[in-house]
Amino acid sequence: MNLMPLLLIIPLAWALISLLAPRLPIGLLAIVGMLIQLFASAMLWFSVHVNGPESYAIGDWMAPLGITLIADGLTATLLAMTALIAIICAFYALFYLRQYPREQRFFWPLFWFLLAALNGIWLAADLFNLYVGLELLTLAAVGMVALTADKQALAAGLRYLYAALLGSLAYLLGVALLYGAYGTLSLGQLSNMLEPNITTQVALGLMTLGLLMKSAVFPLHTWLPPAHGGALAPVSALLSALVVKASFYILARLWLQAGFDIMPVSAAQLLGLMGAGAIVWGGWQAMRQSDIKMLVAYSTVAQLGYLMLLFPLAIGVSAISATLAWQGTMFHLLSHGFAKAAMFLSVGTLVLAVGKKGLDDMAGISRQLPLSLFAFGLSAISIMGLPPSGGFNAKWLLLQSAISSGQWHWMIVLVLGGLLTAGYVFRVFRISFVDGPPTDIKPTPLPLELSALLLAVIAIGLGFVSSWPLASMSVTELLPGGSL
Amino acid sequence: MMSTDLWFAVVGALIIAMALFTFIRHTHLLRRILAFNIMGSGVFLIMVGLAQHDQQTDPVPQALVLTGIVVAVSATALALIIFRRFYKASGQTQLDEDTEQ
Repeated sequence: MNLMPLLLIIPLAWALISLLAPRLPIGLLAIVGMLIQLFASAMLWFSVHVNGPESYAIGDWMAPLGITLIADGLTATLLAMTALIAIICAFYALFYLRQYPREQRFFWPLFWFLLAALNGIWLAADLFNLYVGLELLTLAAVGMVALTADKQALAAGLRYLYAALLGSLAYLLGVALLYGAYGTLSLGQLSNMLEPNITTQVALGLMTLGLLMKSAVFPLHTWLPPAHGGALAPVSALLSALVVKASFYILARLWLQAGFDIMPVSAAQLLGLMGAGAIVWGGWQAMRQSDIKMLVAYSTVAQLGYLMLLFPLAIGVSAISATLAWQGTMFHLLSHGFAKAAMFLSVGTLVLAVGKKGLDDMAGISRQLPLSLFAFGLSAISIMGLPPSGGFNAKWLLLQSAISSGQWHWMIVLVLGGLLTAGYVFRVFRISFVDGPPTDIKPTPLPLELSALLLAVIAIGLGFVSSWPLASMSVTELLPGGSL
Repeated sequence: MMSTDLWFAVVGALIIAMALFTFIRHTHLLRRILAFNIMGSGVFLIMVGLAQHDQQTDPVPQALVLTGIVVAVSATALALIIFRRFYKASGQTQLDEDTEQ
């Protein structure tokens, strides 16, 4: 039996059930559904690991009119990561949302639609299904941002929605141009057909612009901090850990799989420059925030910058450097997913306990919530890139790639980024460890602290088992010009 | 002599450019929703117009545009409902960042 359709059917079915039958215990049902999801994606991961990439034509309709799903090593790894992060966030939300009975009613359907869209994007094999997945993802994510329905949340949701809509139209226009020129939408076919002419470059340029907007890459990032920083804790975690990665994933596939020889090296360097801008600006802004959730949100802006270094490090260099860059970037995507989810969840617990979002209100909190602060600290180790952690391995691979291709300027950016990260993380520690008058805190359920801790431990643990996901991800034959 | 599909593309591009100008120039949230829809029509025009080869009807672009319309309608509905609640909560028709300018 093929597992791929299951990964789309379960989220959609669960979404409809939680929408239509809100009297059921939809939170508990969600955990059951997530367990099935986790099991299915683990099975798929092992199957791809052993047998190589698989494909599936929905309803036996062949492309171009039918929809084909493809699972290669990268896809299977991302599916497993999504299921693992989502189930822990769901577990957290089960307890966290007790404070928000009204929001709970709408959180679960949106959660499932979000998951369906993410799985759809990882599995999609053609440009148009990627578009549909992106749109479903945007609609679900915007709904989640606006969940609390106060003025700030609604404004952040609108800002996010408008930026995302503009981005998706640019992407769609690029798809139209490519279909007009080549008569196919399949990524696999396009990768052999694309020619370096002006139509292709304009099309890829438009798609890139749209995807950069959706991934909130500096300087198009301004919608992200209010949306991620203002949302409920489990929502922030899902958005920062998974949602922004989806549009980056499409961008990476597009450039490395299809547009590898099409786009000029200078364009790849420009993308890297935007990434460097994100690392410096995001880190600097994170250091200046007085709201602890905004600090973590700006940290996401900075960490997204590292992903963009893929393009200058992998395009126009030797195959060895490109492989290192690809592995480093994908590993960063994984470990940042776990670490940032852990960070948002632990910060969410702190905010819930103190009742305020200000960084200064967290004075002395380490004595009352040591577990949450420990989870924050572990995730911070990975985000700073200190050994031993997933983040360290990712940044080490990126550094090696920069050295082996002789691009010293990106090394400086990597090191500077680490220092800035240490700066804003230690600001949180300095305040939370000071001796202050004991703050008045609300008791919080223990599962909240434990789920953040679990995610943080996984982020650290990735540093020990890095060969595992890396071996699986190199199963794919799709990477730079098929040379990897 | 300009071929028909090129005409579609040129008109589509013109519509997109005009709508994009409105989207950037005007800060009223409702105007922006309208601009987004018009921009979408321009993209759809290019999609069905440019992608027709050899005078034959190609079903793929038609299917794409149909899906695109559904997506645009849902996005518009979501934008309208969030805008309505935003207006009720704040009495504003613009986002704060835009009014400051």
